[in-house]
Amino acid sequence: MWQELRTELFPKGLEIVTIALDVGGVEAAGRFIDYAKPDHPSLIDAAHSLDELYGVVNVPTGIWIDEAGMIVRPPEAAWPGKAVFREMIPKELPPDTDPWVVKALGVTSRIPTAPEKYVEALRDWVARGGESPYALSPDEVLARSRPRPPEAALAAAHFELGQHLHRAGFPDDAVPHFREAHRLQPENWTYKRQAWSFADPLQRPNDVYEGDWAGDVEKIGPENYYALPDF
Amino acid sequence: MILTSLDVDVAELERRTGWALKPQGACKAEFCVPMPAHDGKTIPAAVLTDRLGMPLVADDAHGIWALGPDMVAGHALASAEAPELVLPDRNGETFLLSSLRGSKVLLLAWASW
Repeated sequence: MWQELRTELFPKGLEIVTIALDVGGVEAAGRFIDYAKPDHPSLIDAAHSLDELYGVVNVPTGIWIDEAGMIVRPPEAAWPGKAVFREMIPKELPPDTDPWVVKALGVTSRIPTAPEKYVEALRDWVARGGESPYALSPDEVLARSRPRPPEAALAAAHFELGQHLHRAGFPDDAVPHFREAHRLQPENWTYKRQAWSFADPLQRPNDVYEGDWAGDVEKIGPENYYALPDF
Repeated sequence: MILTSLDVDVAELERRTGWALKPQGACKAEFCVPMPAHDGKTIPAAVLTDRLGMPLVADDAHGIWALGPDMVAGHALASAEAPELVLPDRNGETFLLSSLRGSKVLLLAWASW
């Protein structure tokens, strides 16, 4: 998805690093990477360590880092010039479509995105570096980074246990920890979507977890699903 | 980070969390928090909970613990200095984010789910 932009901007000094937040590891993410054939580093973060280290709570999320290793834009929703999930919504649905799928597509179509603006800002930063109005000062980066109340730190610890047990071959023992992470930090969609996908690949209502994707997005309002970049 | 003992390996702590134990205390970017005396190899998890606010959660059935992230800054980022990432690619080769120092970097989180 990002290869085209990488081809354009790598000669101008930008490297793109894609990171899959997948407890399923290579088995889950590998085929997507093989299909994309990226020239850029494409890594797998089975423990969702980006959540803990950077404050990532949803995907896709972009973070800008300058030549000196300083963050100049903290985590925010990011698209490569188009919001790919939108293009996957069919114009017409067969009459016998599963009602949950109809609901999920309806919710998806109401999620706001700003893909063109994102790439315009990225190009400006690559060209102008610290002179770009989109490159933020360290104080602004910290002020915009995700607050971490005690509940969020505790949620991270439970998710850590959940992903560890799941990968160690104890998926049932992981469930209580995933559930606790969801309760403590409900705004963390990577914790929820990851666990829901183990109960049901379409993340429909199930008897393992309280929520489901379409239901939970509906509850908060699709307009609040992504933190759109404030340019 | 996952613990199998409540004595936390100091090198592992730095690798996983960025908190390095120095003579002046536990330090990460420009933050330093004073620490009680320790042997330089391990430090009790309870001390990290007390001084850095790292929550400790047990899974009794499996005899393991998770030490959660610090609450020093009240934000996920305590500093604008990008935390180090040490992650494998799809062939299992380890990649260090710091190897890209000198380039601009766009980190892009995605998922298969």
